[in-house]
Amino acid sequence: MADKHVEWQDATVIESVDIATGVTRVVIEPARPVPSRPGEHLDVLVRLDNDRTDERSYSIAGASPDGRRLAISVSLRPDSRGGSDYMRALRAGDRLRITQPLQDFPLRVGAESYVLVAGGIGITAIRGMASSLRRLGADYALHYVGSSRDRMAYLKELEQAHGDRLIAHVTSESGRMSVDALVDAAPSSAELYMCGPIRLMEALKRSWERGGRDVTALRYETFGSSGWFDAEAFRVEVPRLGVTVDVRPSESMLEALERAGVEMMYDCRRGECGLCEVDILGLEGRVDHRDVFYSERQKAPNSKMCCCVSRVVSEDGSEDRQGLVRINVS
Amino acid sequence: MTVEASSTHTAKLLTYPLNAWYVAAWEHEVTAKGLLARTVAGRPLALYRTADGRPVALADACWHRLAPLSQGKLVGKDEVQCPYHGLRYNSAGRCTGMPAQETINPSAVVPSFPIVERYRYLWVWLGEPTLADPAEIPDMHQLASDEWAGDGETIYAPCNYQLVLDNLMDLTHEEFVHSSSIGQEELSEAEFHTTHDGNSVTVTRWMLGIDPPPFWLKNMRDKYPDFEGKVDRWQIIHYYYPSTICLDVGVAKAGTGAPEGDRSQGVNGYVMNTISPERDRSCHYYWAFMRNYRLDSQLITTQLRNGVHGVFSEDEAMLKAQQETIDANPDYEFYSLNIDAGGMWVRRILEIALEAEGRGAASPAHGVAVPKTTATQEP
Repeated sequence: MADKHVEWQDATVIESVDIATGVTRVVIEPARPVPSRPGEHLDVLVRLDNDRTDERSYSIAGASPDGRRLAISVSLRPDSRGGSDYMRALRAGDRLRITQPLQDFPLRVGAESYVLVAGGIGITAIRGMASSLRRLGADYALHYVGSSRDRMAYLKELEQAHGDRLIAHVTSESGRMSVDALVDAAPSSAELYMCGPIRLMEALKRSWERGGRDVTALRYETFGSSGWFDAEAFRVEVPRLGVTVDVRPSESMLEALERAGVEMMYDCRRGECGLCEVDILGLEGRVDHRDVFYSERQKAPNSKMCCCVSRVVSEDGSEDRQGLVRINVS
Repeated sequence: MTVEASSTHTAKLLTYPLNAWYVAAWEHEVTAKGLLARTVAGRPLALYRTADGRPVALADACWHRLAPLSQGKLVGKDEVQCPYHGLRYNSAGRCTGMPAQETINPSAVVPSFPIVERYRYLWVWLGEPTLADPAEIPDMHQLASDEWAGDGETIYAPCNYQLVLDNLMDLTHEEFVHSSSIGQEELSEAEFHTTHDGNSVTVTRWMLGIDPPPFWLKNMRDKYPDFEGKVDRWQIIHYYYPSTICLDVGVAKAGTGAPEGDRSQGVNGYVMNTISPERDRSCHYYWAFMRNYRLDSQLITTQLRNGVHGVFSEDEAMLKAQQETIDANPDYEFYSLNIDAGGMWVRRILEIALEAEGRGAASPAHGVAVPKTTATQEP
């Protein structure tokens, strides 16, 4: 529901605070404020190494009613593509370029019941939905999955605000959460909104579909920023063009191909639209399919991949032999 | 002539609040057989009903390339298929099918707006959905009551919706615009009384011991075939936010106690008006004339509908001419008269609502169609 044309504007950092282990909350003041709604995100222009710039999407973690203050949460991950380093280095008074709030994850009012599932930093998008549902007096459950309490941003505040409706799944305390149990416990009329790592979302999707539920009642958005494996360097060869390029852990395969001068077609750059697909001619290692464009059936044979988000990793236990993929492009 | 500064602050072109219920259509206009395209408050809508009769209002633009869904077709129990590439959406606006791929993009949604069927109309809410409370739909119960009979029509008025509200809030114009039917000199001679309360405004005018104008003489004779003589006439104008005006109008035999509350010796009509802005300079004006006598006479229903149609055609012509003159004189301002009290309270209520949405004249987001949010977490 891209209901507005994207407009870039200046913004000023008001504060930057670490609110959990590995999570920084950045409050910014946009030059042209507009009210924000649950599920919205901002695109931010980030400066990477070598003075390159790129766009990153951040869910809005909170906003003042007039939209003059917007908060986003930035998490530091080992496989960061460089955006979070820039974001975490921001200090009060710094300027940056942002879009207006963009909506690709709207909360529908009027469902009989809701299940919200946040994994890790995914709480950023889910938090605003939970507080809207509480205000509406809706029937909802808020599941928050994290590795340990100290890494779970907003946890205390959410416990206070949502009481028994908050179910915290802390892996270090109670082990891995049962996704099937979570889905089975959801009322048949429930809509499920999820935001988190792709592993969690894929597991929920599979469990949801296996239960024969309405697939349109499963709501999520993807930024294509997490995978089944940590990002590694790998090599791409395009024999038809005589191009070989090494993809750095901090860049996408699409970016590396462009860097090598290959003319690429793409649009969403988050694994949704399928425009950037490439044909796989040969493979050493595994494909880490991070897109939501292909079905599981289509991903299995590893004959195509969405190069804007998907990557190649080495086979288990062969850390000194990096992955390689031979492709053709359109 | 140079107009450097104006002593008046009355907006000539008022924008419309979005956190409001507007009529999107008569209930009979929207069916499960096809789609109806209609623009309300600047938002093009595709209206239809599901197989079980539930009304649906989707944004009339496919998620993919914004082709108009209203030119597509209804499929299955509650779905619309885009006429261009065949994407399908359910009544919640969620895509259920895409061409040439096995998955559905998670962002593939068109907005589905809250819509409620009440008083023979379909009411739609285009603003912040968490604020949509059907209890705030204006009271137009006479339209769907056993104690009232009547029918109405839709006028497509090529003017800012506020001009219609102005028109209905001051019926002094009847003397001049409608001189052959309901106009009479006593209208501008009689005093009127204005009150306001929250989101409603009431203007009351009584004319006692007067000759009934032709329209009301005819109505009296429908009830009392031999009626002759003077009447007590009333006009009680009820405005409800954002743009509904119900006129409680009628006449009773003079001196039989109508001003004190006994209307039994008279005839009573309710002119139900609700105006839905389409764009800045156009609106759909839904009206009906309801009466509380001779309920079973279809002849009278038809005569009254035709009669009011004639009266309102005179208003339509004036409103069109007025908008044209406003646009032709951008450097001239509005001035107000004492008779505008009701209309000015309506403007005040609308301006407060616009201000609350951050879209008032002084707001930075003026004119930007972004509804007020309730997602108010302190950042």
